[in-house]
Amino acid sequence: MNLTEFWHMGGYALYVWSSFGVTAAFMVGELVLLRRQRKETLDRLRRIRDIET
Amino acid sequence: MSSGGPNWFKYASPMAFYPLAGRLIPWFAVPAVVLTAIGLYMTFFVAPVDYRQGDAYRIMFIHVPAAWMSMWLYICMAVYAALGLVVRTRLSSMMAQAIAPTGAMFTFIALWTGAFWGKPMWGAWWVWDARLTSELILLFLYIGVMALRAAIDDTRRADRASGLLALVGVVNVPIIYYSVQWWNTLHQGASISMTAAPTMSRIMLWTLLVMTFAFWAHAFVTSLMRVRGIILERERHAEWVAEMVDETK
Repeated sequence: MNLTEFWHMGGYALYVWSSFGVTAAFMVGELVLLRRQRKETLDRLRRIRDIET
Repeated sequence: MSSGGPNWFKYASPMAFYPLAGRLIPWFAVPAVVLTAIGLYMTFFVAPVDYRQGDAYRIMFIHVPAAWMSMWLYICMAVYAALGLVVRTRLSSMMAQAIAPTGAMFTFIALWTGAFWGKPMWGAWWVWDARLTSELILLFLYIGVMALRAAIDDTRRADRASGLLALVGVVNVPIIYYSVQWWNTLHQGASISMTAAPTMSRIMLWTLLVMTFAFWAHAFVTSLMRVRGIILERERHAEWVAEMVDETK
């Protein structure tokens, strides 16, 4: 099986890759978002601390 | 609790659970990555082409695990919500809050991949069949639980209101599961059950299971990450959070 054939997915390329692409985007995106939120939360808590002290 | 072994109840406190969750995350992150890699390899290179559905059936290897996780995570969220309501442990409500977005995501993925399988196989992106409709209601329940929490400023009232909605909505889970038996649906019945041999080849079954455990591990990672954020936000006035914020600078 070559790469072009693989991409073609027996004529179902649109359906297969839309499914796997969106799933991957959501799952990876969720992790990226959580990392960013953690950084933002810690930054905000530090800012609050700096104001209060 | 007197002698022998750690006191597990101590982890019901957010302060004790926060570092534990941090230590647990890699133990689920590594399996999540490894199982996803193995699962995708099996999906595309090991599982044979289906003689009727061609390569489109490979969508099932994410559709079915996502649908299972959407229901399973709802049950987990509801159990934590119930504990929060009855036992009133703060951590339970925080866990319920942490699971909801991941559950909603898997529900959306199940619907999305279902549509992209349904179009070439049924000739329709969507039908108002009992299985599809009850799964859509599950998505609305997740969104409702999150929106209700977001709409209430007082944290304890938000816990109670969203917990109650999560608990009431749990009746929808058996409706989704049995919908294909109770109603005449376009959606096919279960291919795997606890009581009978699965009606699919061994390799397809294994691929499904590997992908399911990959998604499950992902859910553990994201729920633990999210609950750590929730703990920081909600316990921000506590001494230990202040100390931790100082340390991480």
